[in-house]
Amino acid sequence: MSSETGTLAERSTTTATEVLMAGFGGQGMLLAGKVLAQASMNLGREVSWLPSYGPEMRGGTANVIVCISTRPIGSPLIESPRGLLVMNLPSLEKFAPKVRPGGVIVVNASMIDRDPDRDDCTVVRLDARKIAEQTGSDKAANFVMLGAYVGATGVVPVEAVEQAIEQEFTGDRARFVASNLAAFRAGVAEGVKTQQ
Amino acid sequence: MTKVLMKGNEALGEAAIRAGCVHFFGYPITPQTEVPEYLVKRLPEVGGAFVQAESEVAAINMVYGAAGTGVKCMTSSSSPGISLMAEGISYIAACELPCVIVNIMRAGPGLGGILPSQSDYFQATRGHGHGDYQLIVLAPSSVQEAVDLMLLAFELAERYRNPVMVCADGMIGQMMEPVEFPCEGRGAALADNDWALTGAKDRPRRIVNSLMLTPEELHAHNIKLKQKYDLVAEREQRWELYGGDEPYDLLLVAFGTMARIAKTAIDELKQAGLRVALFRPVTLKPFPYRACREAMDAMDAGGRVLTVEMSMGQLVFDVKHAAEGTREVDFYGTAGGIVPSPDKVAEKIRETLRTTPA
Repeated sequence: MSSETGTLAERSTTTATEVLMAGFGGQGMLLAGKVLAQASMNLGREVSWLPSYGPEMRGGTANVIVCISTRPIGSPLIESPRGLLVMNLPSLEKFAPKVRPGGVIVVNASMIDRDPDRDDCTVVRLDARKIAEQTGSDKAANFVMLGAYVGATGVVPVEAVEQAIEQEFTGDRARFVASNLAAFRAGVAEGVKTQQ
Repeated sequence: MTKVLMKGNEALGEAAIRAGCVHFFGYPITPQTEVPEYLVKRLPEVGGAFVQAESEVAAINMVYGAAGTGVKCMTSSSSPGISLMAEGISYIAACELPCVIVNIMRAGPGLGGILPSQSDYFQATRGHGHGDYQLIVLAPSSVQEAVDLMLLAFELAERYRNPVMVCADGMIGQMMEPVEFPCEGRGAALADNDWALTGAKDRPRRIVNSLMLTPEELHAHNIKLKQKYDLVAEREQRWELYGGDEPYDLLLVAFGTMARIAKTAIDELKQAGLRVALFRPVTLKPFPYRACREAMDAMDAGGRVLTVEMSMGQLVFDVKHAAEGTREVDFYGTAGGIVPSPDKVAEKIRETLRTTPA
């Protein structure tokens, strides 16, 4: 975990990580990934955000790989990421076996009723949709998931993501800031528990 | 200058504005559609015009017309769409008009697929339309470089009065990375010149035309074009040598997306004590033959050369040409939209180092 003093950038100790975020199209994983990339970039990190762009139809799967590093990023395509956020069962089945040993897997229990079967990884299970509902909007389950990941890994300081959420939702979309922030913070609280 | 997080395609669009582009003509095709999508919003803000043509054939002929009037203009497409533009590009090159063409390559042949590929290398570098013309072809390997090369593309197009192609692939087009734009606002218009069709009031009329029925006249025109291409080849070669500061036993050659994947493979192999460097052509045309050869010659006689590309063996022809038979050049390629992982490239490097040249 980052210490409580110094600037956000100084408190960001992670040197390199990659996280794959996957779900059905519309569940917001690409957006959550963009916010994480934006937060990391604001901290002076090198980042890449690479979406899948297959010939998908509505309701098909969508995923994004976010790489964060203190060095220039070579391949933005990662076969074995250190982090995985999965919203649905097809994504869990496809990607959980690929996570690097010692990695972190965040599972959306609202739609996935089984475990990733990875004893060598930290698994965070949470009912993202229910938590999002309780904090104000069931549409913010993506930010609950992101919060859990940030809480469990400390990959970037919580405040950095909060700033990036405010940066993402501006103009007409500024009305979504509060519910997404609340969802994100509730996710962080769940994620932090795995560190204790 | 502040960094912004942007998709490659959108960054190409913004870079065009910063370069002074005022007209875009194009037709949608995956994976480049965010270029027109971005410019349809942005061009009217700077007093420019966006036209969605009825086809790629129409789009490139609109570019031909606009370029003939001396305005900075461009089109963008993806592989099958670029094929349709071949005839128009030949006309534009023949008439020596400046314009920029973006190709966000996807897997072919035919309609193929929509995933990243580098299999339009021959098409881009060998002048895919008819006749003795050449494009200048720039190949970015990051979103930042896409911006930098887009600015350069408009500059070179004007300087040499020649179509310039920015040749990237679906991965560069679709990914987001931090970018900085080195210049603010809308770039300058083309400098005053003696060829643009601006209305002949109070001056002799000008003609933009590629029909030359007199063989001597057409021959002379080709000689003139050749002299220009030779000048471009002499002045405009660009490349990067990665890991060349220390001795190396294998030289990888790759461009664009493939080159950055190769860099990761090289970094990983370095941990294992393997000494590998990467030669990355930034200008695919003119190809930096001499620099590529020098990078080969820096190795001792046992040094190996391996070309990696997302095609079935196109870049490797230029690498062999650079080697001029002094070394074996090995090849590894994928097709269909499959992007090799750094592990796969590392495996091929190990394999190449284990074998002796034929």
